[in-house]
Amino acid sequence: MVRFTLNGSQQDIDAEPDMPLLWAVRDIIGLTGTKFGCGQALCGACTVLIDGQPSRSCQTALNDIDGRSVTTIEGASGRVAEAVQKAWVGLDVPQCGYCQSGQVLATIALLNENKAPSDADIDNALSGNLCRCATYHRIRAAVHQAARALA
Amino acid sequence: MLMNRLERVADCAAIPHASRRGFLIGASAFAGGLMVGFRPMAALAQTTALNPFAGYVAIAPDGTVTVYSAHMDMGQGIYHGIATLVNEELMADWAKIRVEGGSANPAYYGNIAWGGKVQGTGGSTGMPSSFDRYRAAGAAARLMLVNAAAAEWGVPAADIRVENGALRHGDRQAGYGEFAAKAAAGAVPADVPLKTAKDWIYIGKERDVLGKFDSLAKSTGKQQYTIDVKLPGLLTAVMIHPPLFGAKVKSFDATKAKAMKGVVDVVQIPRGVAVVADNMWHAIKAREVVTVEWNDSEAEKRSSSELIASYRELAAKPGAATATNIGDVEKAFVGAAKVIEATYEFPYLAHAPLEPLNAVARIENGCVEVWGGHQMPDVYAAISAKIAGVTPDKVTLHVMKTGGGFGRRAVADGDIVSEAVAVSKALGGRPVRVQWTREDDMRAGRYRPAYVHRLKAGLDANGNVIAWQNHIVGQSILAGTPFDNGAAVDRTSVEGASKLPYAFPNMKAELTTTKVGVPVLWWRSVGSTHTAYAVEAFVDEVAEGAGKDPIAFRLALIKDHPRHVAALKLAAEKAGWGRSLPAGRFHGVAVAESFGTVVAEIAEISVENGEPKVHRVVCAVDCGIAINPDNVRAQMEGGIGFGLGAVLKSKLTLDKGRIVEGNFDDYEVLRLDEMPAVEVHIVPSEAKPSGVGEPGVPPIGPAVANAFYQATKRRIRALPFKLSQNT
Repeated sequence: MVRFTLNGSQQDIDAEPDMPLLWAVRDIIGLTGTKFGCGQALCGACTVLIDGQPSRSCQTALNDIDGRSVTTIEGASGRVAEAVQKAWVGLDVPQCGYCQSGQVLATIALLNENKAPSDADIDNALSGNLCRCATYHRIRAAVHQAARALA
Repeated sequence: MLMNRLERVADCAAIPHASRRGFLIGASAFAGGLMVGFRPMAALAQTTALNPFAGYVAIAPDGTVTVYSAHMDMGQGIYHGIATLVNEELMADWAKIRVEGGSANPAYYGNIAWGGKVQGTGGSTGMPSSFDRYRAAGAAARLMLVNAAAAEWGVPAADIRVENGALRHGDRQAGYGEFAAKAAAGAVPADVPLKTAKDWIYIGKERDVLGKFDSLAKSTGKQQYTIDVKLPGLLTAVMIHPPLFGAKVKSFDATKAKAMKGVVDVVQIPRGVAVVADNMWHAIKAREVVTVEWNDSEAEKRSSSELIASYRELAAKPGAATATNIGDVEKAFVGAAKVIEATYEFPYLAHAPLEPLNAVARIENGCVEVWGGHQMPDVYAAISAKIAGVTPDKVTLHVMKTGGGFGRRAVADGDIVSEAVAVSKALGGRPVRVQWTREDDMRAGRYRPAYVHRLKAGLDANGNVIAWQNHIVGQSILAGTPFDNGAAVDRTSVEGASKLPYAFPNMKAELTTTKVGVPVLWWRSVGSTHTAYAVEAFVDEVAEGAGKDPIAFRLALIKDHPRHVAALKLAAEKAGWGRSLPAGRFHGVAVAESFGTVVAEIAEISVENGEPKVHRVVCAVDCGIAINPDNVRAQMEGGIGFGLGAVLKSKLTLDKGRIVEGNFDDYEVLRLDEMPAVEVHIVPSEAKPSGVGEPGVPPIGPAVANAFYQATKRRIRALPFKLSQNT
């Protein structure tokens, strides 16, 4: 039994300790906003926040999150999350949309740490999140827009 | 009517789904909540026009409009485009419009650009196929709503005004939802006048008028894909595919796997062995301990280095078939003052959509349901029916939005769909999702074929091109599919090379089709993925040989192609071609027409660690009328990024028949820090729209290659750049 906080609520889960958080969240808990893209922490589609830090849930075993706080896209809330999602919608960033849960969460984590990220800061924070539609151009613009809205 | 409906319920037809909306409507009506109109197909055939309420739009009592799209949306934005077309004429409340995938009704959804008989998404035909059809559907639906209100209110239809989902006459007002049922049962107007362009309020308008209706769901994790489908008792299966293309299962041992937690069964199907469990993790774990013996006597065992070497040899010989033969190339070469030759090599490429291939199937009481990114629904329904042992009318396809596609979900053998139906059948019809992992997606086949191009140009003493020859060697995408018309030249192998905008007096394009056991497929922009690179990189080489500026050289040769001229000039002007660039920055240009859309791109690069770093791309596009200008820009931006990643980094390698690359560590694609700034300029046009999903891709590779030459005097003739050994 692993006990952790998921999107602000206590979550007990009875599953093998080596099960990746990704599959526990999707297949057992039933929250599907977190996506499977590579299974090897190479694409960022499965990004969640663990104690506020962007983490690849496909390579995070349940064992590793005992007692910690996990935020998935379903739990993204507050001033920063709203600004980010507003910028994403305002610029129509998504194409297929499949990577965007991860992109949005990684951006929320960035803006929590850095109120006015430069292009280089954005490169560092988001280059691990693949977008096969290559919406990168708009992601970059939306990060700046969200930062301006929060300033 | 009631008996008829009940009979249909017993006959698979009451499955509540868009593709069976006629029957759904019946069921909804019976339940007292008439959602949309319904007219049986027999009656439809007697009218001159299709009833829009029986296939294109459904209006709920609360005024919610559901538009049924003939084309699936993999991110290219066709749902948004079709909603725009419908509402330009329907005049419903934009905030109440949603779009779902339609299927199983070729009369409504047949791709008009393909002749109208078969439904499908591809070749950037979504908008050309939809432009008239969906505006007419919206207009007919509006007229039927007005007629219904006119009859009810006893007033002339001409006196009723419509606006934002409401019908008005004097003090009377009603929402569309109130008259939807009566409208749907009314006569279908034979003549449906459409607005002229000057009256459009949605078409051609910017995002502030018409933001994409699905951006919010896609930014909040709420968008549902095939991987997210939930059904009672849904199982998950992962596949064990042959390690070599063409190998077959000899035997397998699943004893250990079957004893593992959550494992339901391990079953053999025609495409391999499926490991079925209660969830994905259990299936993945169990797969690791299944052992399979393969019969690989028929399998492809060559390496890509061998294939490319053999292609090079073939390319140096005369082609097996001739696609184009203008004038007398051989004679012209004899008289040429200068001859330039180059060979270009292109690797196999994976589509690698971020959502690995998947499909969900269930068979209940002889009724088959399949959820997936159904890019060729009629084909998939037939395949599903055959596997399940039912007739195609017993198959319901649920068309899901997909996490990318790039061509991968339009497959004549319905690979992933066939796996899902076969596994469900093996489990007695239980609902199951077959979910490929990234490695499965990378290694289980269907790639952009590898090609070699041999190009040769002859110049006269004044630098004029008097001969142009191109010989393409590679696999046919169409061979063995229902699209194969038996022609000696597969048009998808030569498109972009067999007809050129350049006025070459003597030109020959040849094709040698190779037989290789690697499954291939169209990959975003198909033939132009390689032809545009070879042609536009070689045009640059020839321009240099003629001692001319690359753009001036092209403009002189494309005088009879005003759309190419306009796009090239616009891109040149906006990029500042010919003006001095900052130190270390270089420009390269390319122009290509694909799927009726002309795109010119100018890349501005520098060289870092011997590789091109692309800083800025200026793109000019002529796609006819830009229905959603911002989506046109988005597709150009995305096409440029997608194409750039491929030419810079992507390559699939065969080692004795096995695909070496497995995930995004060794099959590299573009990342955010490599994305240039992109500026898209749309050439104003009143011509009917052509597609934009693919045409942004072809010019970027040669534009970067040509800029790289300016910077380094190195021609990149084998892709990708990163692995190139060119000097």
